[in-house]
Amino acid sequence: MDIEQKALKALLRIAESIYEQLKNGEIPEIEISTRTKYNIEFNEESEVWVYGDRTSTRSAKTLKGAYMMLRMAYVMGFIKEQLKVNKSSTLRELYYISENWGMAKFNEQADSDRLIEDLEILTAFQREHFHIRPEEDGATVIGPIRIREETRRGVREIHCQEDVGEGGYQIPVNVDRLEFVEHDAKFVIAIETGGMRDRLVENGFDEEFDAIIVHLKGQPARSTRRLLKRLNTELGLPVVVFTDGDPWSYRIYASVAYGSIKSAHLSEYLATPAAKFVGIRPSDIVKYNLPSDKLNEQDVKALNAILTDPRFDSDFWRSEVKLQLDLGKKSEQQALAKYGLDYVTDVYLPERLTEMGILKA
Amino acid sequence: MSSKHREISIAEFFEKNKHILGYSNPSKALITCVREAVDNSLDACEEAGILPDIMVKISKTGEGFFRIVVEDNGPGIERDQIPRVFGKLLYGSRFHAIKQSRGQQGIGISSAVLYAQITTGKPTVVTSKVEGGKAYRFELLIDTKKNEPEIVSEREVEWFSPHGTRIELEIRGSYVKERKQSVYEYLKETSVVNPHARITFITPDGEVHDFKRISDTPPEPPKEIKPHPHGIEIGTLMAMLKNTKARDLKNFLKTEFVRVGDKISEEILAKAGLPASMSPSSLSREDAERLINAFRLTDLLPPPVDCLSPIGESLIMKSLMEEYSPEFVYAVTRKPKVYSGHPFLVEAGIAYGGEIKEDKVSLLRFANKIPLLYQQSGCALTQAVVSVNWKNYGLQQSKNELPVAPAVILVHVASTNVPYVSESKEAVAAIPEIIEEVRLALQECGRRLKEYVERKKSIQKRKKKEEELLKIIPLLAEKISEVVEREKVDAEKVIARIMGKVYVSREVRDGRAVVVIHNFSSARRRLRIYEMCDGGINGDRTAKWDVEVGPGEECRIEYEFKGRHINRKPLVEGIEEEMLAGGEVVKLGY
Repeated sequence: MDIEQKALKALLRIAESIYEQLKNGEIPEIEISTRTKYNIEFNEESEVWVYGDRTSTRSAKTLKGAYMMLRMAYVMGFIKEQLKVNKSSTLRELYYISENWGMAKFNEQADSDRLIEDLEILTAFQREHFHIRPEEDGATVIGPIRIREETRRGVREIHCQEDVGEGGYQIPVNVDRLEFVEHDAKFVIAIETGGMRDRLVENGFDEEFDAIIVHLKGQPARSTRRLLKRLNTELGLPVVVFTDGDPWSYRIYASVAYGSIKSAHLSEYLATPAAKFVGIRPSDIVKYNLPSDKLNEQDVKALNAILTDPRFDSDFWRSEVKLQLDLGKKSEQQALAKYGLDYVTDVYLPERLTEMGILKA
Repeated sequence: MSSKHREISIAEFFEKNKHILGYSNPSKALITCVREAVDNSLDACEEAGILPDIMVKISKTGEGFFRIVVEDNGPGIERDQIPRVFGKLLYGSRFHAIKQSRGQQGIGISSAVLYAQITTGKPTVVTSKVEGGKAYRFELLIDTKKNEPEIVSEREVEWFSPHGTRIELEIRGSYVKERKQSVYEYLKETSVVNPHARITFITPDGEVHDFKRISDTPPEPPKEIKPHPHGIEIGTLMAMLKNTKARDLKNFLKTEFVRVGDKISEEILAKAGLPASMSPSSLSREDAERLINAFRLTDLLPPPVDCLSPIGESLIMKSLMEEYSPEFVYAVTRKPKVYSGHPFLVEAGIAYGGEIKEDKVSLLRFANKIPLLYQQSGCALTQAVVSVNWKNYGLQQSKNELPVAPAVILVHVASTNVPYVSESKEAVAAIPEIIEEVRLALQECGRRLKEYVERKKSIQKRKKKEEELLKIIPLLAEKISEVVEREKVDAEKVIARIMGKVYVSREVRDGRAVVVIHNFSSARRRLRIYEMCDGGINGDRTAKWDVEVGPGEECRIEYEFKGRHINRKPLVEGIEEEMLAGGEVVKLGY
């Protein structure tokens, strides 16, 4: 039986349980892992953060619970039909399809996205198995690696430096269908902003240091995270993450390295525990005397939240975050341009990467 | 420079200083004239124990000129008193009495007569009749130089009422509508705090407003008391010493003051260092001052409170209900308190929602049952309302402003001496004791309002939730059955469980039936169940069972039957329709 059929079976088990409860005159209930940072635990074996034992019960007794179950019933019905005809749809399409569902229609896309995540957690399958595609197009890769991709129009082999333009190779939705053919890379550098990625490409960083440059585009999409994980585990390449120096960026790093709170059920599949944080570090603001902005209220709140986030429970993060709160400042990656456009590739990165043991001195 | 010093009469003084008494502009003058006449009528009726029936009619006599008629069913005024009551300033019955009344100074109605005379030159017409007497009609002017009435004409007339007074004034004025400061608003607010009065108002446009009487018991008339030593001032004391009939100081204290007996008077005199046998008239100014200091140093009981006449909590609520048709009303009458020797008490009420639409709360201020229409912002009562944190009670409020809500707030202060900020009785002075009492009264109203609003909200929320759940659960049952491709599941039992109802079901197999009664409600239920079969149940066409099911319990009835059921669902007796699911409510009673 293929994986889609298994996923569907798991899905229908939820439907069966609701049906049985209704039939017995019981108020239907569903138990699901609590999705907060207080319910994620470090898994020693896989070294990623996954959901703990805490569960919350959604009951049809409450309006919220009843709506959730009604919508879930409609979504399950929809997925069943979709798998039957071997089609797929995006999260946004699903949201619009629900327009026809009367009282079961979603109020906003965040609701439908969340429900799909709930189904992932409940079934232990991924949304791709239900043929639900993510909305974001995958980010881009550039670097000395040859990839084989099974496309709808046949198998393509692509070298991510020689066969692509400046834009790089675009990561497809389903990364599991990629094959790594060969590579000359020494490490992978994942970069938060488009501007900094372009700077590294323009300065030929990938060629000079044999680096695979992966663009994160803010909070990285699943496919991007999955690709980083595969590059790390299958090819043994070290992964480093280069972001802005603010709390939102640290969370980007955390979701690459430790797994995100929203998709902790997939951490083992998506997270790269070996990924290391390059910067911008709060101590860099002092060390390099970087131009900076004042922390606003939300920043301070987010930094304090990080101090209670179990994923950041290390001496490094505690001292860096506290330093940042003391400084009251944040800096962008581009702040390094203060010392010239090439400073980041000629000085900052080589210095830091050598320090981290990624580049040999 | 030579100066011509010359005595002026009080009437001349008023002529030059009309604003002090409330005649500063034409529209205010009109309201003041009506107010003085109506206040007098209410006071007179109250003293005589009569339920007031007052007619106010305003008609236009020319551009900017109006005729005011106020007629009451009061006790009437003796013939020889009429000219001075209306035609002499500072002539009245209440100036020397210490008790709560609307009028105080003996200026009010005569000032209206004078204002009419000054602005139109026309005399005021007064008709009055006492019980059993004849009706007399006077046309009056005031001799301003002498402050004496000038009778233009006097005659006996026929009047059908057994007793009453009617005053007709022609004045220069301006009639405004639909404003806080208008005759209509004054009468409406008067009616709120005088629920025993019936007031009919005929406007210049010929509209008739009837403010109904909603209480048939006249308020207990307040009793007159003697001054309390703590409130007395030196000048007053000196005058009292001069005019008393008491022979010695001890008797003076005992007879001229309240709360002073043998022991207390001796204590006071000892503190003042004055002999008890001293003649009151021989006291010097310094002696009087020592006496006042001794008063201050002596603990005294507060003044008696039967000199006050509150409106009463239930009447305030009734009145607010009647005038504003709110959905919620609450009122409180506080216990009497004292400020510098004067007893006072505070009442407050709040009316909320219903037909009250205004965004900003309207504030009704009353002093001794008189509505205060002017100087709202300068009034201690407003200060007290603003100083309450209404956000605590669920109303919006900006700092130092009245709360924003569809509500009417009423504040009444009653005292033998209301501390007005001016002679025109428009605002109450900021006495800390009064402000504190008003705050306490309002806070109680606020707490009750909050309780009400919250209870209402939670009921609404619950109802909305139930209605929605009632729609969602069947949809869920339908859809889930479709998804799992099984027989459509009946959600009625689940709904009954969620809603806390009694659920009845019947299952049938091979000539045997099982009826199950689930009690999901929180009360014990005694029910009678009927079933009917064309082939009979235990020999009868109809069978009945009496059952008793506790909350959360279930009860089973099993029986054999022949043929088919006639009733589609089990019939249930002894329960309300909305509490039952699965069965059908009947009232067979056998």
